[in-house]
Amino acid sequence: MISLAHYVVLGAVLFCIAVAGLFINRKNVIVLLMSIELMLLAVNMNFVAFSRFLGDVSGQVFVFFILTVAAAEAAVGLAILVLLFRTRSTINIADIDSMKG
Amino acid sequence: MNPQTLQLICFYAFSIVTVAAALSVITLKNTVHAVLALVLTFFSAACLWMLLDAEFLALALVVVYVGAVMVLFLFVVMMLDIDLEKMHEGFVKFLPVGVIVAIVMLVEMIGLIGVRAMHVRDLGADPAAAAGMSNTAWLGQALYTKFLLPFEVAALVLTVGLVAAVALTLRERRGARYESASRQVRVDPRDRVRIVKMDAVRPTPTAAGEGTAGESKP
Repeated sequence: MISLAHYVVLGAVLFCIAVAGLFINRKNVIVLLMSIELMLLAVNMNFVAFSRFLGDVSGQVFVFFILTVAAAEAAVGLAILVLLFRTRSTINIADIDSMKG
Repeated sequence: MNPQTLQLICFYAFSIVTVAAALSVITLKNTVHAVLALVLTFFSAACLWMLLDAEFLALALVVVYVGAVMVLFLFVVMMLDIDLEKMHEGFVKFLPVGVIVAIVMLVEMIGLIGVRAMHVRDLGADPAAAAGMSNTAWLGQALYTKFLLPFEVAALVLTVGLVAAVALTLRERRGARYESASRQVRVDPRDRVRIVKMDAVRPTPTAAGEGTAGESKP
């Protein structure tokens, strides 16, 4: 019998994997963006599970909006990344320190 | 077999695939492989949502994420020339910190969930089916009535994202010749051409029929 706790635990596991990904892939901006996508997926998992559990449609509507905003975010983030690579010819976080005092 | 047991087996199978794929997203050295692992993560998450009777969102996840966003990621990863060795160099250094933080967070969260989930309740009947419609109709009915304004704002956000992505990556080449349409339209013929009024007189031919060209010679 699947219960709410199953899905919530899965969401927590995905979120923690994404946080670990942010920590261990500090050099690579693309993997950082992918970790953020994983975090959003974990949040969406919770939204869908609670929506089903409570019988409330708002959770699924929220997931819909999160998908929209995440798609826009990915597009703008990748555009910034392309621009960064064009001007600095690197996407290594350690090399992007021109604003450092 | 009991259908609920089958559902549970499916849940565990899909979640194992999801977690394994998510782990490989953050550990794989090659970024292209990491993107493909993320595709697998999203796909198995869509399967899990299918188990929750959220058919519309599951398919939207596959179409929007796997079909559009991940392809965009793949484009960018393949377009940029990345030094994989250099990208991966801090991996071992930051691994313990990341793992410790993640495990502590996970233990905290699971502890909270465990306390709250003492009275384990199963999922119950599908609320959309209880309302007598499909999941898509259920979601659409809320989206176009109660959430109409946020829906329009979401469309606006997508438009702004599109314009911003184009505006950011648009490159003005140095030395390239562009024509400015507004300047072309605003041009006044009087600035370009000067009409000189003069009498229609035939130049008097000089001796031996030489024209004006002969006169200019010193």
